Amino acid sequence: MPAGTEYEVVVGMEVHAELATRSKVFCSCPVSFGAPPNTQTCPVCLGMPGALPMLNRRAVEFTIRAALALNCQITPFSKFFRKNYFYPDLAKGFQITQFDAPIGHDGWLDVEVDGEVKRIRIRRVHLEEETAKLTHAGDDIITAGNSLLDFNRSGIGLIEIVTEPDIRSAEEARAYLKKLRATLVAVGVSDCKLEEGSMRCEANISVRPKGSDKYGNLVELKNIASFRAVYRAIQYEAARQSQVLESGGVVRRETRHWDDAKGETAFMRSKEQAAEYCYFPEPDLMPLEISEEWVEEIRRGMPELPDARAARYMRDYGLNKEDAQQIAESKELWWFFEQTAAKADGPEVAKWLVGEISAAANASGVELSQSRLRPEHIAELISMMESGKISGKIAKSVFEDVWATGKAPADIVRERGLSQISDEGELRAIVRRVIEANPGPVQDFGAGKERAISFLVGQVMKESRGRANPQETNRILREELARAME
Amino acid sequence: MGYTVDDAKLLADRAKLRFSREQLEKATQELNDMIRYVDQLAHVDTEGVPPMSHPHSFANVWRDDEPKEGLSAEDALANAPDRHGQFFRVPRIIAGEEEG
Ligand SMILES: [Zn+2]
Repeated sequence: MPAGTEYEVVVGMEVHAELATRSKVFCSCPVSFGAPPNTQTCPVCLGMPGALPMLNRRAVEFTIRAALALNCQITPFSKFFRKNYFYPDLAKGFQITQFDAPIGHDGWLDVEVDGEVKRIRIRRVHLEEETAKLTHAGDDIITAGNSLLDFNRSGIGLIEIVTEPDIRSAEEARAYLKKLRATLVAVGVSDCKLEEGSMRCEANISVRPKGSDKYGNLVELKNIASFRAVYRAIQYEAARQSQVLESGGVVRRETRHWDDAKGETAFMRSKEQAAEYCYFPEPDLMPLEISEEWVEEIRRGMPELPDARAARYMRDYGLNKEDAQQIAESKELWWFFEQTAAKADGPEVAKWLVGEISAAANASGVELSQSRLRPEHIAELISMMESGKISGKIAKSVFEDVWATGKAPADIVRERGLSQISDEGELRAIVRRVIEANPGPVQDFGAGKERAISFLVGQVMKESRGRANPQETNRILREELARAME
Repeated sequence: MGYTVDDAKLLADRAKLRFSREQLEKATQELNDMIRYVDQLAHVDTEGVPPMSHPHSFANVWRDDEPKEGLSAEDALANAPDRHGQFFRVPRIIAGEEEG
């Protein structure tokens, strides 16, 4: 490539999300996170010879629901296939999945980056089974002497969502992943926890000279376990591939592993030889006939999607777009918002949620729903601020105590003696003390320096430990200064 | 025409089976016999006939989403050649073979 060529990155994403059904997809074993190893198994999900799969109807329903939420067409006649490969996490030697007739196809998801809406096309949404969970007894995958297998996860319903190669930046990839998660959580098909692995993401990345319509060689990137990781990994890989091309090299078709601690990708295996999975129709499962009536019934029962929810919050509660979108994309936030906004001013609640509350949740690593904070607490704080009982600054300090202890804000204000001083006599006494102690600034004010008054207000606040009512302080201070000038 | 010894070797590798040269040659011949037999189907006119994946005409054979108790961990692990606590233990993964 000539020097100075500008490159663009082309990304397609493949996301797997575990279905939140009560039982597994091809057997009746319970689905639950964190059970002791190998306590949720049966001959089917252990891959015992002769055991026969039996399809969970709700898993199909959830897949249709996810596909509809992603604006997909639903395949009227769908079936399952065997994907054959050898790996210890797959006891049968094959995975039951879908091949040429995925349940959903040709959909899209709109994401917003820097105020611009970008449509990412969805190629397919299909249903398959989870593998067992493999952990490595050694330090890492290369040095591990042994691997340990837990089949609790084996056979949990899994949806695979594949995009067209429409993503053109790390920002778009992150926005897509966030929006996809919000959508799947909103329609209740998966809890999509990246940290716990119930949502996993792979990215197919290539680069090409900007403006070219040919695709470069694909690199498949694995082990992306957070929104931050998807952003950093794509940034890194785009730069790496551009550098290879710039120096006259060829990007090799391979699978690479994202190392989050090192912040780089590492070679895993070559993809020069296409994998041969010998797909063939699963003879033990009958085909699916998905009627239009069923699809319509599922469509009618669909919960509100994030975009519709954000629009409603802007319309009904007067939220600004950023707050509305941020809240609508998180079930944690929107549940809390609706509970609190029933008792307090919507935009004020939103300000607390995206500000102090989100910051406290992030800093403590405790999810809002698991925290001690209740919607009534925030409603009470807002009402105390509105009535002038406490200032905004004190409210933030009270909030910290509420977050830590779960005590009611009114109790904390009483115990800590934080209620605002609005009593005229008390305020006037403080103001007089401040005027007496600061003859310099008082003279400055007399000489027409308006700014001197903010210094004096600050002194009153200091004297009252932040409890003086600001409006009252201002009024009384001006009165007292006028008197001092006479 | 037909399968070569190299094809049979590739197939054996994929199935994680190891054969001697003589065994492979014998398997190649047997494979070719079988393919020739099945190949009769290639002479049938199937113009316009959709592929059949199942010899029955059922669809939508499914169950409700009701969890049922399965095996105890001890029963699940009873046939395991090797275990570690309540885990199955397997030999280390060979780099480059990972899937999934
Ligand atoms: Zn099972």
